[in-house]
Amino acid sequence: MGNYTELLRLLAYLVGIIAFAALNAAYLVWLERKEAAHIQRRIGPKEVGPYGLLQPLADGIKLMTKQLIVPAGADVILFKVAPLLILAPAIASFVTIPFSETLVARNINLGLLMIFAFASLNVMGVLIGGWGSNNKYAVISAARAVSQNVAYEIPMLITAITMVMVAGTMNLNEIVMQQPNIFKWYIFRFTASPLMPVAFLIFFICSLAETNRAPFDMAEAESELVAGAYTEYSGMGFGVFFMGEYANVVIGCSLATILFLGGWQSPFGVPADAHWSLFLFKPGILWFLIKLYLLCFTVIWVRWTYPRTQFYGLLNLSWKYLIPISLFNLLLTGAMLKVFQS
Amino acid sequence: MSGYFNDLFSGTKSLAVGMGITLKYFFEPVVTLQYPHETLKMTPRFRGHIDLVKDEETGESKCIVCGMCQKACPSGCITVEGEKKEGAKKKTLSSYTLDFTKCSLCGLCVENCKPEAITFSKDYNLAGPSREAYVFDLVKRMKERCSP
Repeated sequence: MGNYTELLRLLAYLVGIIAFAALNAAYLVWLERKEAAHIQRRIGPKEVGPYGLLQPLADGIKLMTKQLIVPAGADVILFKVAPLLILAPAIASFVTIPFSETLVARNINLGLLMIFAFASLNVMGVLIGGWGSNNKYAVISAARAVSQNVAYEIPMLITAITMVMVAGTMNLNEIVMQQPNIFKWYIFRFTASPLMPVAFLIFFICSLAETNRAPFDMAEAESELVAGAYTEYSGMGFGVFFMGEYANVVIGCSLATILFLGGWQSPFGVPADAHWSLFLFKPGILWFLIKLYLLCFTVIWVRWTYPRTQFYGLLNLSWKYLIPISLFNLLLTGAMLKVFQS
Repeated sequence: MSGYFNDLFSGTKSLAVGMGITLKYFFEPVVTLQYPHETLKMTPRFRGHIDLVKDEETGESKCIVCGMCQKACPSGCITVEGEKKEGAKKKTLSSYTLDFTKCSLCGLCVENCKPEAITFSKDYNLAGPSREAYVFDLVKRMKERCSP
C-alpha cells in the first residue's frame, strides 16, 4: 500500500508540474506580449479569444504542426537533446519548490543545492544546442552564453551561501517558515546584514542572466546573431527551448520569492485572532503565486525597459560590481552572525 | 575609487529612472489605432487618387470635357472622352479613365479643372490582384459612390 501512494504522489507531481510548467510558458508569453505592448502603449494580442487569452493556444498549435528540420551537417543527437537539456532540469527543479506549507513534491533537506545543481545544466543545453546546429551564429552564441553564465553563477552562488548562512538550512520549506511576516522577510532582515536588499537585487540580476533574459540575452541576440543558439531550431524544438526558458524564469523567481520574500507566507503575518475566512491573511499558495508573478512581471518589465548592452559590459557588471559586492556582503554577514548570534 | 562608486550609484539611479518611465507608460492609455476595426477620418487636404464630382442638379458629372486635366497630367494617366449628344449644346462625358499605376498624385489635374469637376478622394485602402485593377473608370466609380 505504501508503494501505491508513492506512485500516486509521483504521478501527481509529474502531471501537476508539467502542466504548471507548460501553462506558465504559454501564459508568460502572453503576459510578455501584453506587457511589452502596454509599455509601448499598444494593446498587444487581442484577436484570439477575449484579451487575446487564446493566443498561446494558437501559437502552440502552430509550433506543433511545423516540421522539425535538422540542418545538414548538424550533430543529430546533440541537436535533438539540447532542448530537453534546458526543459528537463527546470521541471526537475520544481520538485523542491514549496508552493505552500504542504504542497511540495519532495521536501528535500538540500533543496537549494539541488536547484542550483540543476540550474547549472541549463547552460549546457544552450552550449550543446549551439554546437550541434553546425551554424556559426549558434556557436558564437553558445560561447557567449557559457562565459556569461560562468560570470553570473558566481555572485548568485555567493548570495545563496549568504542566505544559507543566515537561514542555517538548505531546506526551502524551513527557510520560508523562518519568514512569517514582512518584517522578518530576509530582504528586510537588517539584523543579519544591512545589505540584504542589495543581496536580493544581486540575486535577481543574476537569475535574469542565468535564464538568458534581456538585458542579458547574449545567447539569443536577435539583432546580431539571428536567434543565437536557437537559430536552426524549428517547430516544437524551438517551442521546447522557449518552454525551458520560461520554466527557468519561474524557477528563478520562485527561488527569489522563497529566499527573500517569505515564500508562501502572508506579508501581514498571522494575527492571533485572525479569522480563517480572511483569505488574505492565510499563508499558502495564493501568496506564493502573487509574489512569484509580481517577480515574473518585473522580469518582463526589465526586458522591455533596457536595451541589450555589449558583451563586455555584462562581464564588467558581474566581475567588477556584483562579485565584489556579494563577497563583501558574505563577509559582513559572517561577521554579524559571529558577533550577534554566538 | 570614487569613480567606481559614482558609476555604481549614478548607474543604479538611471536604471531606476528607466524602470519608472516604462511603468508610467504601462499604466497610460493605449495610443494606437485598432486599424481594421477602427479607421482614421482623412483630413480635408488628403490627396488620394482623383474622383469625379457629381453635379447635384443634373445628377451627372460636372465635367465639360475640356481635356485640360489630360493635358496637364505629366504622367499621362488620364484619358477623357466625350460625345456631343443629339440637340445638346455642349459635350457630355462618356468615359473618364485614370491609370492609377502611373499617377504621382501631383494634383495638377485638380488645379487645372475649371468647373471643379474632379477632387481628391479619401480612399487609401487600395489593394488589388492585378495592375489592371488600378485602371479606374471614374464615371462608374462616381455612379457607384452615389447610388447607395
